[in-house]
Amino acid sequence: MIELSDYLMLGGVLFAISVAGIFINRKNLIVLLMCIELMLLAVNTNFIAFSHFLGDMSGQIFVFFILTVAAAEAAIGLAILVVLFRNRRTIDVEDLDALKG
Amino acid sequence: MENIYLTIVLAPLLGSIVAGFFGGRIGRAGAHWVTILGVGLSCLLSLYVLKGFVDGSLPVFDGAVYTWMVSGGIQFEIGFLVDQLTALMMAVVTFVSLMVHIYTIGYMADDEHNWPKGSLAGKNSYQRFFSYISLFTFSMLMLVMSNNFLQLFFGWEAVGLVSYLLIGFWSVRETAIFANLKAFLVNRVGDFGFILGIAAVAMYFHSLDYREVFALAPQLANVQIQVWGDTSWSLMTTIGVLLFIGAMGKSAQVPLHVWLPDSMEGPTPISALIHAATMVTAGIFMVARMSPLYELSETALSFIMVIGATTAFFMGLIGLVQNDIKRVVAYSTLSQLGYMITALGASAYAAGIFHLMTHAFFKALLFLAAGSVIIAMHHDQDIRNMGGLRKYLPITWITFLLGSLALIGFPGFSGFFSKDAIIEAVHLSQVGGSGYASILLTLGVFVTALYSFRLYFLVFHGQERMDEHTRHHLHETPAVVWVPLVLLAIPSVFIGWLSVEAVLFGDWFKGVILVAPHHDVLAQMGAGYHGQAGFVLHGMLALPFWLAMGGLALAWYIYMVNPAIAAYLMVRFGTLYRILDGKYGFDQMNMALFAGGSRGLGKLFWKTGDQQLIDGTLINGSAQGVGWIAERLRTIQTGYLYHYAIAMILGLVVLLTVFVTF
Amino acid sequence: MTFDYAHLLPIVPEIAVLVLASILLLVDLWLKDEDKGTNHLIAVFGLLVVIGLTGVVGGGEREIVLSGSYIRDPMSDVLKIAVLVVSLLSFVYSRDYLRDRGLWVGEFYVLTLCAVLGMMVMISANSFLTLYLGLELLALSLYALVAFERDNPSGAEAAMKYFVLGALGSGLLLYGLSMLYGASGSLELGAVARAVAWQGADNQVLVFGLVFVVIGIGFKFGAVPFHMWVPDTYQGAPNPVVLFLGSAPKIAAFALAFRLLVDGLGQLHADWQGMLVILSVISLAVGNIVAIAQTNIKRMLAYSTISHVGFIFLGLLAGTTEGFAAAMFYAIVYALMAAGGFGLLVMMSRQGHEVERLEDLKGLNERDSWQAAMMALVMFSMAGVPPTVGFMAKLLVLDAVISIGLWWLALIAVFFSVIGAFYYLRVVKIIYFDKPEVIEPLVVGSGARVALSVTGLAILLLGLFPAALLTYCQAAFA
Repeated sequence: MIELSDYLMLGGVLFAISVAGIFINRKNLIVLLMCIELMLLAVNTNFIAFSHFLGDMSGQIFVFFILTVAAAEAAIGLAILVVLFRNRRTIDVEDLDALKG
Repeated sequence: MENIYLTIVLAPLLGSIVAGFFGGRIGRAGAHWVTILGVGLSCLLSLYVLKGFVDGSLPVFDGAVYTWMVSGGIQFEIGFLVDQLTALMMAVVTFVSLMVHIYTIGYMADDEHNWPKGSLAGKNSYQRFFSYISLFTFSMLMLVMSNNFLQLFFGWEAVGLVSYLLIGFWSVRETAIFANLKAFLVNRVGDFGFILGIAAVAMYFHSLDYREVFALAPQLANVQIQVWGDTSWSLMTTIGVLLFIGAMGKSAQVPLHVWLPDSMEGPTPISALIHAATMVTAGIFMVARMSPLYELSETALSFIMVIGATTAFFMGLIGLVQNDIKRVVAYSTLSQLGYMITALGASAYAAGIFHLMTHAFFKALLFLAAGSVIIAMHHDQDIRNMGGLRKYLPITWITFLLGSLALIGFPGFSGFFSKDAIIEAVHLSQVGGSGYASILLTLGVFVTALYSFRLYFLVFHGQERMDEHTRHHLHETPAVVWVPLVLLAIPSVFIGWLSVEAVLFGDWFKGVILVAPHHDVLAQMGAGYHGQAGFVLHGMLALPFWLAMGGLALAWYIYMVNPAIAAYLMVRFGTLYRILDGKYGFDQMNMALFAGGSRGLGKLFWKTGDQQLIDGTLINGSAQGVGWIAERLRTIQTGYLYHYAIAMILGLVVLLTVFVTF
Repeated sequence: MTFDYAHLLPIVPEIAVLVLASILLLVDLWLKDEDKGTNHLIAVFGLLVVIGLTGVVGGGEREIVLSGSYIRDPMSDVLKIAVLVVSLLSFVYSRDYLRDRGLWVGEFYVLTLCAVLGMMVMISANSFLTLYLGLELLALSLYALVAFERDNPSGAEAAMKYFVLGALGSGLLLYGLSMLYGASGSLELGAVARAVAWQGADNQVLVFGLVFVVIGIGFKFGAVPFHMWVPDTYQGAPNPVVLFLGSAPKIAAFALAFRLLVDGLGQLHADWQGMLVILSVISLAVGNIVAIAQTNIKRMLAYSTISHVGFIFLGLLAGTTEGFAAAMFYAIVYALMAAGGFGLLVMMSRQGHEVERLEDLKGLNERDSWQAAMMALVMFSMAGVPPTVGFMAKLLVLDAVISIGLWWLALIAVFFSVIGAFYYLRVVKIIYFDKPEVIEPLVVGSGARVALSVTGLAILLLGLFPAALLTYCQAAFA
């Protein structure tokens, strides 16, 4: 039997991986977008696990909304990426340092 | 009623805003109409309120209109206290203000000549002037109608501000700028005392509301406060003296009087309104309003009396040697303010307020008449260039004469009742210093008559000393100028006769002004009072009347019969003349000791303290320190996304470790 | 379960905003380039109608509708109207700027209105789900708006940074929400509050979730150390977007914080009070100090925002009704001041010249004394000089903090405010005492001029008569 804590552990690990990905990755912005998706999936895991073990449907409904929002978020993220590439000809995280101080 | 009171206050403010901000758009006529209508409405309503109190149909109003904030348990409110004292002040303020507004139309008609061509400050100066005097009316009404110390202070500072703006109205003249700087600095000294006094009230009474403070005052009458080590002062004396220091600044009492004569650099209408009739009497009003506090400290009353009497006599003397028509009237104002203050010291608050009222009328009249002369003389103010103006300016002449008679206390005129009452009251007073005050005030009557009629004879009689060009153009001033003179002359003559009984010996101020039974000199006088005629007859038998007549006669002799004697006296009493002409050296002393001293001291502090210590280490040091830290801190913002993310994660980790115990 | 249409009544304003956005989207299709002004008119009048609707629907006792996920109470009425008014002001300010730069397209208004809708949903949210949806609707619209000027490289960079950090922020918030859901078993704030009260405040899972939630709130506000997006985004985004982004969302962020921390987790006050103390102190310090080193006025105002957030947190952490009222007052007032300050930058910007350096303000007084006076008023208010409303707002917050005994915190706040006064007053000095580099007078449309005057007067009048707004704020928590 898989316990609630196992799911939470999985969620936590996924979340940690995604957060680490955001600040360790210094090259490609697309990887950042993927990390963000992963983070939302970690949260989804949490919600579904809780929902299942609490016997409460609302958590799963929340997950559907998160998935929808994640899709919209990815769309906007990629759009910004395109704009950035058109202006800068690069999508390296390291090159995003015109604004600072 | 609340709405009526609000209207009285806000109508001038509205006029001021419209004339001030939209002056360029509504033009000159628009500006003076809107302000005159505002003040006129205010005046009508004030008279209605006064009538309500006279026939007893109006109750005393004391209530908050708006609570600004509550801090530390003290309410900061805007509120009105309208009783007999306030109603009287409101009527006087708005009436004189209305007259001055009308008069200004004539006086400022060609103000553009006072500015250099194309000067930016001179643009719309006419409208700005109206905006200022309306703003002044608003501030003064806020001051007199206040029911708490905070609003009193607001009004106090606001009238000071407008006074400052108006003294320096002709900002292209260096003398005007110097004068308003001086007024500003001297009033700072006074206001510093004033706000300390208010702070002391707030600290010991835990309230700024008049009613609550006055109700609590008797319980705190014997409180001593530790000042320095073992020295302790009576709380009431401390508060009284501190508040009175504020009054000394505003009401120009020795030694804080030096700004008032210089304030004559401002246009004459404001000399009449602000520096004679209303603002400078704020100190007198304030002390009268605070009578429940002052009655508890005989020391404070003594202090007030001595200061007032000194001002009354010695400032009058200076008036004898002045040659600028406005300055003579200004010194006379100082002297009369001294009379009022002395009355307060003798606990004859009603007499002080009564003199305030009569003085407001006849002094405004004298100033406006002087202004009328100045207009006719093409802005020459030197009385040595005048003379014989009687036949050119008949209306100005007759009103000026009436004003002067009121000022010297000629029997039956308004000034007679009020001044006689003060002298009598001080004579009866038992407070320390009353003997000194009594002598000075009595002698002061002689001086008053002498300088008043010196001025009168030199201006309106005798040889015509102006040049041919000026004489050729001499004619009576326009109706907007002389109508206010006539309207002011009426109360200058009659108001004393009409109101002496009610104000001084009736119960007009009953419940409003509190006088301890053993201080109540007016009650003693009231016992011997049998109608106005009796008062006049009694006055004509007393010494002051004969002194006044003596002064008048002497002025007549010196300046009409035997003009040569003036020059002889000037030489004969050279030292005295020089002392008076030098105004007892107050200005020099201030310049040398305070201005020079503080500049020297300032330089010392500046060089060693400021530049090295404070600027060097503290200010620049801390500024550099902060700047240095700022420069370091901003480098944290590297611009790299992953650093930003790390910062957030670090924040997360810190919060987790601090607040979650695993 | 039958659906009762009466339940839709409280959300009529939100529906109206949605309809308005949709209408604009459609109308824009048929508008020729020279007729784009119609968009502006529709948006402005539409918002006026929505303000009216909010007033009509609002008032009275709190109502909870849509199966407990939506709430209308006195606080939401006031906050929504504040959001709508500030948004309206920013539309009016931005009109000429957008027209001159060819940015006058329907999308700007549609995106902004979506953001407004998001804020309104946040303000009225009564469950984690609605709160999250409102938050994302706001955030996604703002990401797109920041990158709105497509050919501007720094706009794209700012948008990317804002996007990534924003996604991280809402990811953290969501993770926290999932923990709270797990610990309390419900998404509805009322039920969460009951569960928390029943379990007691020492449940570590709750506190664990709370930390993430506080971080999410801190990110939305831009509190240190979650503030790094603020200066970069403000600097890179076009001025009208900064104007919008820097003002109304602060009001929504207040609602977010209040709904989560007080409505949902009021029982954990002791814990989140400690967190907010830390965040507010470092926000005050970093915001006020780093602002001094800025030469770009948009960056300076960004750091100033951060310091103001410290003050809003002070009111919140007091945890008393006066504290909440003070924080709400502060948030609304700050939005107003920010709208005035950024609005002026928008108005001063000309074709091909974005006003963003401090030097651009030099001698403004000689170019347009009225605008200079308004800017000075905004600066005095931000610095907290009486009698402006900024002083009153600070005073109320400090009063609330002192009344719970945290006087040292008040001292810190005052200390950093004094440091902060330096850079505000420097702006005033630059406006009045420096010689202008450009001497041509400003050309400003009448609408923007009116909006600026309204803002300035509101700053002054609310300072003199704070009760006009304060009574509503206090009534919201009575």
